[in-house]
Amino acid sequence: MKRVNKDYLVAFFMLLPSLVLLAIFVYGFIGQTLYVSLTNWGRDPVQALALRPVLEFVGFSNYERLFTSFLEVRFRQDLINLFFFTVFFLAGSLGLGLLLAILLDQGVKGEGLFRTVFLFPFSLSFIVTGTVWRWMLQPQGGVNALPTAFGLPPGEFTWLTSRQQIWHFNWQDLPFFTGLVVVAVLLWLTARAWRHHQRARAATFGAVALLLALWKLTGARIEILPFPERHGFNLALVGIIIAAVWQMSGYTMALYLASLRGIPEELREAARVDGASEFQTYRLVVFPLLGPITLSAMIILGHISLKIFDLIFTMTGPDLATTSVPSLLMFIRTFRAAQFADGAAIAMVLLVLVATIIIPYLWISLRGEVRR
Amino acid sequence: MSYRKGLSWRWLIYLLLGLATLFFLLPVYLVVITAFKDPATIRLATAWQLPEVWYWQSFVVAWETLAPKLRNSLILAVSATALSAMLGSLNGYVLSKWRFRGANIVFPLMLFGMFIPYQSILIPLFQFLRDVGLYGSLQGLILTHVVYGLPITTLIFRNFYAEIPDEMLEAGKIDGAGFFGLYWRIVFPLSISGFVVVIIWQFTQIWNEFLFAVTLTTPATQPITVALAGLAGGEAVRWNLPMAGAILGALPTLIIYIVLGRYFIRGLLAGSVKG
Repeated sequence: MKRVNKDYLVAFFMLLPSLVLLAIFVYGFIGQTLYVSLTNWGRDPVQALALRPVLEFVGFSNYERLFTSFLEVRFRQDLINLFFFTVFFLAGSLGLGLLLAILLDQGVKGEGLFRTVFLFPFSLSFIVTGTVWRWMLQPQGGVNALPTAFGLPPGEFTWLTSRQQIWHFNWQDLPFFTGLVVVAVLLWLTARAWRHHQRARAATFGAVALLLALWKLTGARIEILPFPERHGFNLALVGIIIAAVWQMSGYTMALYLASLRGIPEELREAARVDGASEFQTYRLVVFPLLGPITLSAMIILGHISLKIFDLIFTMTGPDLATTSVPSLLMFIRTFRAAQFADGAAIAMVLLVLVATIIIPYLWISLRGEVRR
Repeated sequence: MSYRKGLSWRWLIYLLLGLATLFFLLPVYLVVITAFKDPATIRLATAWQLPEVWYWQSFVVAWETLAPKLRNSLILAVSATALSAMLGSLNGYVLSKWRFRGANIVFPLMLFGMFIPYQSILIPLFQFLRDVGLYGSLQGLILTHVVYGLPITTLIFRNFYAEIPDEMLEAGKIDGAGFFGLYWRIVFPLSISGFVVVIIWQFTQIWNEFLFAVTLTTPATQPITVALAGLAGGEAVRWNLPMAGAILGALPTLIIYIVLGRYFIRGLLAGSVKG
């Protein structure tokens, strides 16, 4: 018994170096970034590049400026770009990945070859993908020149350099629409609690939703900017989204294929015996079983998307505002302009975005394991 | 399986698969033919046509420019992969077979480190490396990749070792084997395929990494990704060079993927926490 106890001690000491390294490099450094984001590091050019800069604590004013100053309009458009990029990248990768997995699940000839072809871009770097697609998307060549091979007129879209923006909205409307979404979620929670006969909970959610809706309807408006500010979806992002889907949809295909192979054939057989068509078998038996893997894929791809940096860096460079995202702005501010406090604040915003999806994910994935 | 489908719409499946294949392979075709064209003959209008004369010189020039960077990437990826795989194996062994109180809290805290946007640690990391004199050096970049590689290697090994029945270790304990004895005699010999998965995964990730590479190195220690981004950037690009460079930079991971695809996919599936 004594022997075993000593071994547990040895085990812990073997793990200790890794724990210490991660404690410093992850949590210590995050704390330091948070601190830098609350200072004025970079405002004073003399201090900016000093080895031991004298920093002043300025509270949350860097964050306040990012979200409200008219000089920081690029940061806000970067957030919008990131939102649209993430939505279309996720939809594209999940959709194409699922389609390819279903096609390959039909017992086709040469399945291994197809699988290799669809997944190979995943082994490349975003830099290689970006270089390749930058060439594919040259306005007068590549994709645009493809139709001429069939005697059709060439494409006209300028892809990466397009300045077109669609789906305009006013930044001032964001709090209002966020409020509406919150009301919708609360109403959904109310309905769910009601169905589970949790009266008290339903009443609470319902009351909060009603109050919020009433407040909205009486014309309350929070205006965070002193002026209207127009934002929208930059079409220059479309080419980057295509390149990202090209690279990552093989990954979702592999996830879905592994999941489909895990569904016992008897289940589908049973559905067919009950007279379900192939389409119904998928809709009623297969798709519901793909829920968990879809959620995992969404979270993995979602956090890759929020961190996207290399691909855009290669395809349009860090300076083109129409395709910029916060990670690129952070890079420019920090390593080109030596505005360390601004860079740190942008990085913290990114971290919060990623943490809101990753922490619940880790919680849910590991909770079940502990119980087992 | 053929009974599952009427023949009537099987052609549709193959048509869709064919279209998807085109989508995935057309860029490869364009890269290869561009890399083999004489730069003077590269025109957007004839971009899709095969080169009239196959021109090798771009590869020679690209190799001359990129060979030192490829060497940097190789040193970086091999050493960081080896170190993080060894540490990950030990960590996974501890966390699956020698669970201590609090391991349930420590493990998720470790895992969180692989999801963070590295921008959020980049400024202190940059300061730290400068203070210890490793900024701009390959060692600094290796250290960075080892540390931030720990969560994923620990995760993969932990899930891998969870499959080894505890009874096997109990038997070893009765024979008087301790922590290291059990590891060398029972766990390590069983983890060869685990090591293959982790090594392939880490090598690919580190070879392809860009953010640390572009912010923590100097031109002398640049890995291939940074050099390639530089080659493809700028306004008046001669496209034969970046294309030849892209092929050179992609080949190592591509060959690994094609030869050891099975292990590559296992690493990919292991990346989603529960494995």
